[in-house]
Amino acid sequence: MVLKAFFPTCCASADSGLLIGRWVPEQSSAVVLAVVHFPFIPIQVKELLAQVQQASQVGVAVLGTWCHRRQEPEESLGHFLEGLGAIFSHEPWLQLCRERDSKFWSCKATYQQVPTSPGAHSEDQVMLIFYDQRKVLLSQLHPPAALPDHQAGDATASACGLAAVFDTVSRSKALFRSDQFDEGLVRLSHWQSEGVEASILVELAKQASGPVCLLLACLLSFISAASTCRVFKLWPLSFIWSKLSTCEQLRHRLEQLTLIFSTQKAENPSQLMRKANMLVSVLLDVALGLALLSWLHRKDRIGQLADALVPVADRVAEELQHLLQWLMGAPAGLKMNRALDQVLGRFFLYHIHLWISYIHLMSPFIERILWHVGLSACLGLTVALSILSDIIALLTFHIYCFYVYGARLYCLKICGLSSLWRLFRGKKWNVLRQRVDSCSYDLDQLFIGTLLFTVLVFLLPTTALYYLVFTLLRLLVVTVQGLIHLLVDLINSLPLYALGLRLCRPYRLAAGVKFRVLEHEAGRPLRLLMQINPLPYNRVVHTYRLPSCGCHPKHSWGSLCRKLFFGELIYPWRQRGDKQD
Amino acid sequence: MEDELSFSDIYGGRLALQRRYYSPSCREFCLSCPRLSLRSLTSVTCTVWLAAYGLFTLCENSMILSAAIFITLLGLLGYLHFVKIDQETLLIIDSLGIQLTSSYASGKESTTFIEMGKVKDVIINEAIYMQKVIYYLCILLNDPADPHGISQVVPVFQSAKPRLDCLIEVYRSCQEILAHQKAAPTSP
Repeated sequence: MVLKAFFPTCCASADSGLLIGRWVPEQSSAVVLAVVHFPFIPIQVKELLAQVQQASQVGVAVLGTWCHRRQEPEESLGHFLEGLGAIFSHEPWLQLCRERDSKFWSCKATYQQVPTSPGAHSEDQVMLIFYDQRKVLLSQLHPPAALPDHQAGDATASACGLAAVFDTVSRSKALFRSDQFDEGLVRLSHWQSEGVEASILVELAKQASGPVCLLLACLLSFISAASTCRVFKLWPLSFIWSKLSTCEQLRHRLEQLTLIFSTQKAENPSQLMRKANMLVSVLLDVALGLALLSWLHRKDRIGQLADALVPVADRVAEELQHLLQWLMGAPAGLKMNRALDQVLGRFFLYHIHLWISYIHLMSPFIERILWHVGLSACLGLTVALSILSDIIALLTFHIYCFYVYGARLYCLKICGLSSLWRLFRGKKWNVLRQRVDSCSYDLDQLFIGTLLFTVLVFLLPTTALYYLVFTLLRLLVVTVQGLIHLLVDLINSLPLYALGLRLCRPYRLAAGVKFRVLEHEAGRPLRLLMQINPLPYNRVVHTYRLPSCGCHPKHSWGSLCRKLFFGELIYPWRQRGDKQD
Repeated sequence: MEDELSFSDIYGGRLALQRRYYSPSCREFCLSCPRLSLRSLTSVTCTVWLAAYGLFTLCENSMILSAAIFITLLGLLGYLHFVKIDQETLLIIDSLGIQLTSSYASGKESTTFIEMGKVKDVIINEAIYMQKVIYYLCILLNDPADPHGISQVVPVFQSAKPRLDCLIEVYRSCQEILAHQKAAPTSP
């Protein structure tokens, strides 16, 4: 196998010294982590390596020598470097060398022991792969297939392929603490040699985050304790809370905030990303909500809205009345059963009249209610949208009632029709065996059954038409509410921090690597540059999306059509805690 | 070592294959697809603008014309950035892996790297494409669960679609390198 030497680009201009890193025998690759400069004491180098090995569980060792010939070639240095091979023995021993003005390097790998297979050479051909140490240290690989989880405390990093390189570099943080400009015993050269990076703001934020998190965690625990007190579990209140989507959204946000400000540190990078995504989502939500609030309070828009609300409700009621008058006549040329038509029409008209009276009763208080509701937008745009969806649900409550009445009537009719149709053919539904069986009826049973059957059949078009009209209206309202919920879901679950990271620091989220072949000369080893291939945007969203409220319709289109046909009630929003239908 | 050969794709268009032999263990094949032709570009633009002008004479709304210009520009940019592939490259490095790169006409490059441990073999396969039967080169990936099974088939040169003679060239070179892989077992 070709021997691969992964060399950090920051060490390419370093002075001569020893190469420190990890040897991965399965892939025949040497990952160079740092260069130890002269002068050094071999005992101290070995001590440092033992310390690093204990701290990071990575098998760090001296891999070979690095020779950077800036001046005239020194023969003594060459012999000295070869002598080092006797002090730090490693199989194979790498010797990398670079001329002053040359782009091409020379590498040799020598095996001390005679290899067992007769075909292998003692000096393998070496391939040099340059990598940017800082980027590889900070990046996180996202493999396409889910690898089986391995224990975090493994002594040997059991990652396969190039993931081993990433793993080695990211675990060796203990090695990168001391530098060649430090006063320590051993002078190292690695990515920090180009300048240790730190930011005052980040450090201050880290120091301040401890007490702030504690304070907010206490506050949030107090709020969640208050919300679970016994008063809210009484029947009318608990029913209302479970139906309003605002409460669901507030509960969701409270959970998220509790998670963000919990005093436990994040255990792995995915938890950290999740916390960061939630925080950015909450901040954006609040910012958008405040923008909405400022827009609403400018130029007295709330007053305008409140003034427009009652006429709109009146208009809707008027349109419904026209619709019912049309149904009571001869809708679309169909001939209805006059008596049933009048009964149903008058019943629904009276309902609308009641509803309009209630709206007019409430009209003086609407502006104040809207003003207070508008204040809730400072909790977030999602809360404001949920409140809007709830207001729509409340204002169209009469349409919901009509739908339920129409559906129940229709359902009853369909049940009656199906059982009487079975009687008409001389069959019966066997409840014990859950199937249709033949049955012999008496003459009077048959007579009454057939009469009722014909009555129901001739009344079917009227009921079906009312059912159809009110179901369509209900579906329209459900669609509008659904669009609002979709928008809320989008704001809740979009991983904005991950998307921002992908935009500004694409090397942090890596899908893989890519190689570029650098200038090559015959007889010299092959040089490649390894760069990080960033994760595409759709995979970023897919991997890091936050769990949403879960208010998705659970029916497929087929079952929905079936339910509509048989007149069963459809509940499009099943909240998380509800029992399944 | 670098040379360039001329082949044709399944429709008869001209393709240029550039072969670079960096070392006995590293080879690169670069296929250049035919460029965007001026004729098709002008015909599409003329069709869209004629349709927009027709709508304009019906509706007398000048927004339609500006919308048509906008749509043409955005469509062209989108086509160059997301659809039109200029060059496809296959870089095979012994004991590291195989890298597939597609360069789009707008300069965007999309790269996939498959590690050598996952590559089972490189083969030429037949497929039914519309009304033709064509040959295509593909990489077979190992299935970790089943040593004799294949988990995925990755086709190469999907948008250039060269003919069999070009594929045989690439296939022979890849097999030479994969033979090193199979001959040399994992080192002790």
